[in-house]
Amino acid sequence: MVKVTIDGITVEVAAGSTILQAAEQAGVEIPRFCYHERLSIAGNCRMCLVEVEKAPPKPIASCGYPVAEGMVVHTDSPMVRNGRRGVMEFLLINHPLDCPICDQGGECDLQDQAMGYGMDHSRYAENKRAVPDKNLGPLVKTSMNRCIHCTRCIRFITEVAGVPDLGATARGEHMEVGTYVEKALGSELSGNIIDLCPVGALTSKPYAFVARPWELAKVDSVDVLDAVGTNIRIDARGPEVLRVLPRINEDVNEEWLGDKSRFAIDGLKRRRLDRPWVRENGKLRAATWTEAFDTIAAKLKPLKGEQIGAIAGDLCDAESMLALKDLFVSLGSTNLDCRQDGAKLDASRRDFYCFNTSISGIDEADAILIVGSNPRKEAPVLNARIRKRWASGGAVVGVIGDATNLTYPAAHLGAGPSVLKDLQSDSHDFAKVLAAAKKPMIIVGQGALARPDGSAVLAAAWRLAAHVGALSSEWHGFNVLHTAAARVGALDLGFVPGPNGKTLDSMLGGGVEFLWLLGADGFDASHIGAGTFVVYQGHHGDAGAHRADVILPGAAYTEKSGTYVNTEGRAQHGFKAVYAPGEAREDWTILRAFSAVIGKTLPYDTIDALRARLEQVNPVFGRVGFLPRFGCSDHTGPAGDPTVLSAAPFVSAVANYYQTDPISRASPTMAACVAAQAAPALAAE
Amino acid sequence: MSVPNGSAFEQPASFAFDAESEAEIAHVITRYPPGKQASAVLPAMYVAQRQMKRQTGSAWIPVKAMDAVAARLGMPAIRVYEVATFYFMFNTTPIGKYHLQVCTTTPCWLRGSDAITAACRKETGIKGWGETSDDGLFTMTEVECLGACVNAPILQVDDNFYEDMDAAKVTELLAALRRGERPFPGSMTGRQTSAPEGGPNTLTTLHFAPEG
Repeated sequence: MVKVTIDGITVEVAAGSTILQAAEQAGVEIPRFCYHERLSIAGNCRMCLVEVEKAPPKPIASCGYPVAEGMVVHTDSPMVRNGRRGVMEFLLINHPLDCPICDQGGECDLQDQAMGYGMDHSRYAENKRAVPDKNLGPLVKTSMNRCIHCTRCIRFITEVAGVPDLGATARGEHMEVGTYVEKALGSELSGNIIDLCPVGALTSKPYAFVARPWELAKVDSVDVLDAVGTNIRIDARGPEVLRVLPRINEDVNEEWLGDKSRFAIDGLKRRRLDRPWVRENGKLRAATWTEAFDTIAAKLKPLKGEQIGAIAGDLCDAESMLALKDLFVSLGSTNLDCRQDGAKLDASRRDFYCFNTSISGIDEADAILIVGSNPRKEAPVLNARIRKRWASGGAVVGVIGDATNLTYPAAHLGAGPSVLKDLQSDSHDFAKVLAAAKKPMIIVGQGALARPDGSAVLAAAWRLAAHVGALSSEWHGFNVLHTAAARVGALDLGFVPGPNGKTLDSMLGGGVEFLWLLGADGFDASHIGAGTFVVYQGHHGDAGAHRADVILPGAAYTEKSGTYVNTEGRAQHGFKAVYAPGEAREDWTILRAFSAVIGKTLPYDTIDALRARLEQVNPVFGRVGFLPRFGCSDHTGPAGDPTVLSAAPFVSAVANYYQTDPISRASPTMAACVAAQAAPALAAE
Repeated sequence: MSVPNGSAFEQPASFAFDAESEAEIAHVITRYPPGKQASAVLPAMYVAQRQMKRQTGSAWIPVKAMDAVAARLGMPAIRVYEVATFYFMFNTTPIGKYHLQVCTTTPCWLRGSDAITAACRKETGIKGWGETSDDGLFTMTEVECLGACVNAPILQVDDNFYEDMDAAKVTELLAALRRGERPFPGSMTGRQTSAPEGGPNTLTTLHFAPEG
């Protein structure tokens, strides 16, 4: 630790810190464009100039200058102010000053800092430099005249995303940021460069000229389009969600957000169910809520508990799933399932289905084995965390399954589950790596579990974890990576078949007379028995709604307050940003209202009462945002014989990152992304 | 394929190193420690550019060749594009058979580089910098100091320096090039390297003899 005095405030900072970091600790703000705490230091914007006593008598770029014991720094001396004004004047020489038509206006670092250091007029009379705009695909819009060459986007794409597409070509006056060969960005995290860009050079293409930041109502929420539970901020104007931005949560997403979660929101306005529908003579007709409820109640009345079943989808909030479960239990049914993909998850113990190491725990791991998963497609933000761990050195990654580019080097150990058995013999090379590791991690994806021998794979992976010492009182290295935001919450509240209850498979093909689909679009609805009466409660006219006999319009994640439990088992609250369209209602209220119609009134009238009930079912729902990490003292594995493994290779659960759920399937932007990734060069035309 | 300046000419559809280039690249890579083969990007691009010269008569480096270099050195293609566009020595567009590089930095300019430029323009019909003559033989580029100021002015043709130039010598040189000849490079006044014209004129009385 070294003592540094900044503007008269003495702080103690770690040796090797930069002046800028020390100033942050002292609470002194230093303007910057190129410096970003999660990227390498470039030192090329020169905005962070400070004056250091007894150093060379010139302004010093604080972002790249290490502190020394007893250093005295001035951040607001005449020399500093003059220097920064000079830098600002140079930056503005080639900047078009088109703030009135720039999407960054109102949230632009350059605009803000020009208030402090800019001149009221320009002394530059010559022609400004003109730079052709680049086409980076359907997500990122460029306006390269505005670029100030801070290189944040280049560093992010190269260092964090690990898909080095961007660079700075040519030099001096001719330097341009771009891909050189025109093509769409190949990263699933490309939208983050929009947030990183300190000026309006990179802006959101779908959001172009849509709104100004001060018009937007900002609501904190949780992303549901993958199972990471990325913290987001929903920006809405009136009834419309206009954009989604990440919120900083060091333990979950740092400050990144996947492209699907950021850009699929235009799917929230399309193919929406905004009124109840009832099927009459084979055709759906618009109905009132009363008609819809009466139709369902009439159908339900003669049926016994074992003849009815419910399936919860991938985007559901815990509240509505609990209401549905309580309703079905009151009707005498335990035919409940949330595992639409048929994943053989064992709900008997929580650490059998959670990402126990936790996402921030990845930073500590020294050997990572990925089984039947492609985290780059299934959870890009989590994948960036693995990449960060790899980049910091000392961690080895091995993969069983598809040999794909995960953005970091990974040893491909084989395609099928037999490798899990091989790894238990100590002669295997990677087995030695795992055995030597102090904190080994095994990540099991849904691709390894959603198959006939899924429970065997789960048991084999657990046994391997126990074998290599990944399970100790200090460290839990067994992880299940989910793809559905609702899944862990559903398992936590026991949305699985009870005693003698039917699984998803046995409910299909006529296994039940009556099926309630709560946003369940993730399985092949044509397998539902022809005679089964189907109620679909959800927000999009997707696979489930097409098969339904009654449609109850529900609310999407932006339109309701809900609790979501991410793959780690972290419960988080999302808040309501806009109202659901038309007649649609929040899902738990629909179930509460219906329960009254059939005389089985659910015992909660407010979301708080329902949340109290949630906490009663499982205390984890009361620990919002907070995730205690446990070791593992009980090595008993999940049910399943770890020896009966098939030879079939693992296939990732997510083949097409951009379209995994009803929202992203309805999104034109996501469709454009699919086209762009299929032909990166053509998409840019 | 759409690249900057890419509209006016055709990028080749493919590029593969020939046997000669492969041998050269294998050699240049050995100069760097294992795992640091990306350091060989500059020599490797020269190899690619020379191969284009051999094969097409124009020493330039198309995108496919940069991709080949990137693949060969295990580095992202964009890093090669960055280097290739940064240095003027790499031509990212096709050039003429002879690359005339006129140094116009102060010493050469003081010694008459304007006359060299004018003579080149007159002989080749080229109007602006970076253009190629109509017959496709010459491309003229303005370059910064070539580091041979004692023999200014300099006209670099491809890899060779022609020194102590003047307008008449330019005419002569270009005529020779047109005939397919390659005059011996170096000082055009006949002096030895950068020794004084007409022989030594200092230290003439000093004779070093072995001490006896």
